[in-house]
Amino acid sequence: MEKIQYEYPALHSVPQRVHVGVVGSGDLEVLLEPSPDARTHVVVNTSVDGFEATWKNVLDRFFARFHGAVSIEINDFGATPGTVMLRLAQAAEGLAA
Amino acid sequence: MNADAAARAGYRRFLERRSFIEMNARERACAVLDPGTFREMLGPFDRLKSPWLPLQGIVAQADDGVVLARGTLQAKPALIAAIEGAYQGGSMGEVSGAKIAGALELALHDCAQGRLIWPVLLFETGGVRLQEANLGLAAIAEIHAAIIALRRYFPVVGVIAGMVGCFGGMSLAAAVCTHLIVTPQARLGMNGPEVIEQEAGIEELDSTDRGLIWSLIGGEQRYAVGFADDLLEDDADAIAAAVRKAVSAGPASAPPARSVQAERYAELLRTIDPNQPLDGESLRRLWQRGLKP
Repeated sequence: MEKIQYEYPALHSVPQRVHVGVVGSGDLEVLLEPSPDARTHVVVNTSVDGFEATWKNVLDRFFARFHGAVSIEINDFGATPGTVMLRLAQAAEGLAA
Repeated sequence: MNADAAARAGYRRFLERRSFIEMNARERACAVLDPGTFREMLGPFDRLKSPWLPLQGIVAQADDGVVLARGTLQAKPALIAAIEGAYQGGSMGEVSGAKIAGALELALHDCAQGRLIWPVLLFETGGVRLQEANLGLAAIAEIHAAIIALRRYFPVVGVIAGMVGCFGGMSLAAAVCTHLIVTPQARLGMNGPEVIEQEAGIEELDSTDRGLIWSLIGGEQRYAVGFADDLLEDDADAIAAAVRKAVSAGPASAPPARSVQAERYAELLRTIDPNQPLDGESLRRLWQRGLKP
């Protein structure tokens, strides 16, 4: 089990919190909340060790397009990068709803 | 032509149906409650999670796999406890078990004060979480006690939809419910097929034989021999309607709970000859008459 943390710059605040996903086989849970400051904070708890570079790639790509100031907690149970991206997009969509 | 039209109608019905099985625990609780009344207690952002799983290298889910929701059923206050089967097999740990037990005990306290709250349990669970052992078992015992105490006030309704099913100590929780709703995909049993195969050998039970497993512990069989009260298709609206009907029927109309009919079940068990092979079909023939009180 590994805990990985990232920070990204942000452009605007977000109005609410969103929860999506489940810590099930090949899946993950995303808890998205308004950030306490003007930056974005990401904490990844993952059951699979040694994929720090892959996580950074996926998150870099997501935050290249998403600029909300959020605190995100990811609880991962072996999701593929594609599934991670889909869950993040779903959480962002939940913000818009 | 007629057969064709019937097939088309059946196909359309299937497409229009909202699958309950495909919903997660939160969506299931929403689907059962009156629209727009879902209000979650101790949700994921409260981060009341298992302190034990991370110590054993397992990532914990923020709500420990149990969704507690208040809302209304036919405009009357209700409490839903829904178990998330996709997280650790819907297993009951210290926290998830305490969430359900605590909520039921609070509902019981309110009922004793004259504030009735209808409890509904949406099971999808392999039973106790082995990583939390006795703490999970203790919580399950508290859940049993709370269900039995609540039964005095109104029918306690349980739903087993599938595909996990309901096993172990939580199968007893389902068994003490006043009214149990199952789908054909549901399974209800003390030990799961894999456990039986592991302990008694593949000659006793082949856990990969799905037809055999469902013929013994599947929803249709459990309904046919009287261990479940409603057998419904995997349809969220039909399941929600059955929950409403069961709770609104009130305690007076419900038959005595199965768990207070020990003598009758002992009688039925005596009709079985353990030296003879027994399959699901013969058990149905043996018990279908005896089970109706």
